[in-house]
Amino acid sequence: MAEMLMKGNEAIGEAAVMAGCRYFFGYPITPQSELPHYMVKRLAEVGGVFLQAESETSAINMCYGAAGAGARVMTSSSSPGISLKLEGISYMAGAELPAVIVNIMRGGPGLGNIQPAQSDYFQATKGGGHGDYNLIVLAPASVQEIVDLTIDAFELADKYRNPVMILGDGVLGQMMEPVEIRELKVNIPEKPWATTGATGRKPNLINSIYIAPEPCEEHNLRLQVKFRQMARENVRYEDYRTDDAEILVVAYGTSARIAKGAIDRAREQGIRVGLVRPVSLWPFPYEHLAEVAQKVTAVLVVEMSAGQMIEDVRLALNGSKPVDFYGRLGGMLPVTSEILREIEKLAKGGRSNG
Amino acid sequence: MVKVFERPKSLTGKPFHYCPGCTHGIIHRLVAETIDELGIRETTIGVGPVGCSVFIFEYMNLDFQQASHGRAPAVATGVKRVHPGKTVFTYQGDGDLAAIGTAEIVHAAARGERITVIFVNNAIYGMTGGQLAPTTLVGMETTTSPVGRNQETQGSPVRVSEMLSTLDGAGYIARVSVHDPKHIIQAKKAIRKAFANQMSGVGFSLVEVLSTCPTNWGLHPIEATKWLADNLIPYYPLGEFKVPPAPAKAEREVE
Amino acid sequence: MPQVTFHEDRCKGCELCTSVCPKGIVVMAKHINSMGFHPATVVEQDKCTGCAFCARMCPDVAIEVEKEES
Repeated sequence: MAEMLMKGNEAIGEAAVMAGCRYFFGYPITPQSELPHYMVKRLAEVGGVFLQAESETSAINMCYGAAGAGARVMTSSSSPGISLKLEGISYMAGAELPAVIVNIMRGGPGLGNIQPAQSDYFQATKGGGHGDYNLIVLAPASVQEIVDLTIDAFELADKYRNPVMILGDGVLGQMMEPVEIRELKVNIPEKPWATTGATGRKPNLINSIYIAPEPCEEHNLRLQVKFRQMARENVRYEDYRTDDAEILVVAYGTSARIAKGAIDRAREQGIRVGLVRPVSLWPFPYEHLAEVAQKVTAVLVVEMSAGQMIEDVRLALNGSKPVDFYGRLGGMLPVTSEILREIEKLAKGGRSNG
Repeated sequence: MVKVFERPKSLTGKPFHYCPGCTHGIIHRLVAETIDELGIRETTIGVGPVGCSVFIFEYMNLDFQQASHGRAPAVATGVKRVHPGKTVFTYQGDGDLAAIGTAEIVHAAARGERITVIFVNNAIYGMTGGQLAPTTLVGMETTTSPVGRNQETQGSPVRVSEMLSTLDGAGYIARVSVHDPKHIIQAKKAIRKAFANQMSGVGFSLVEVLSTCPTNWGLHPIEATKWLADNLIPYYPLGEFKVPPAPAKAEREVE
Repeated sequence: MPQVTFHEDRCKGCELCTSVCPKGIVVMAKHINSMGFHPATVVEQDKCTGCAFCARMCPDVAIEVEKEES
């Protein structure tokens, strides 16, 4: 068990290599570029392949080919780059290909900036690409969690033959924290379906076209069964000081870290407030949130966006509780004192300005 | 009696869906014959395009991946990097390769990616109904250049083989045609060289095959072959634009 | 004497084979096949040299050619 100080982006790379990933296709974009910088060196050390593609569109399709050829493969980008990869991601879901896709979110829309943000929540969890498909979306809030979730992501991708997304942001990617690197026994499942050359067997096909509607519906129904199984088996969240909470904060990733600071200060003032931090953004912890919220009088959602996860929070509560929002946009970070002010308002029975 | 001409094993035998007289079927057969003759059916992985030949995986009796429009060279790159010892090829039309997939093909060539590309150029979009393609000749009528391609507003056709042959990474680039038996025989030689080059480790190889589209050209299949000879070949001269320095090792061993 | 076999149900009546036979013995049949096309066929089989031009030109792999052991 070695403990090291690691930068978030690099921790993703190390975790991927630990998980047996030997192929990385990427493209430079701030604030995730430390990951490709790390991978080009690290993969050379382990006999892997690093390739910087001519575009994110090309990179995701290289992943499609490599995944279809049976490899554990990863690609990473940031917001605009993920927009360019969405068609490829939809194809990978349609062709049932395992891969880990990392989005280190930045300020948007358009070119936006290179500051941290959470404004790609819809893009990640509500499809983004075309067609009925889902990705397991995991949102770390520390460098240790980045390592653990990245390793899990490769296992889940192979288990379900479906892409898995790690959704971080510029803060998580750029910050350094101590990380425990544990010995990992990797067992990559057999992939008899992969295109390795039809030696002594029937040809394999990696494909997502079903020109006749009947087989296409059958294919979709099979996918839907898989997606429901993925949803049942992969809900992850963290409860923080919710046992006696009267006010509930819901936030993920960097926003959740900052909210914890505000919660601790509010607690010092005797305000009973807690946090539910979704770790799996898809599948979203609807049932758990509804359960925890029964005991509270008000819910405050904090995001680094105009409010996207808030829609899932409302779905979870189904009108049972008022849901307020506090967010910062364009790469600005919500600060503890601002969140504390909103909590104090709710404690006084008012509504936060939202 | 001995068979001198029959269906190659690398074809599944499923009848082609192509329009009557469309020469895609000839090119499929030439690729399949080449794979049979090089004995690589069980160690070859094909990557198909989006376009008329999107169903090529149903006709080819080998491992296949179906790529999104224009991205076959990137998909093939991913496959080849995972299986450098296998033979990897893409089969693409002119809309797929020369329009939406231009970046992918240019950079696959620039990287000297050890893949083989079969590029079918019929100067039009077939599957979607006869639209203007990057390779459509000036003055040629299509559903999106109804009064003929206008150079002022729609530019002039792209000569892909010449363009790619300026890239050092390109190992073998040739343009051939399949509009008559003589040219079909020559086309097969080039396709075979392209595959043999890949097997001997020469970088990126591409064969551009001029092909007919009777339906969208609005011509009888026989007239279409004549139209190709009289109109496409003058603009797209046949020949080898890039040849690797030493003759391909595998080629010598095979003969 | 070379033997040419036309798999009539693969033929789409495109007539390309008829335009390349050096002996001009490949013609379109009067009857129609299961797809409703007039399939190509060989008349005067004895003039066939087994050059396989017809088979090479066929876009649908509908033609097979056999020759005696040389």
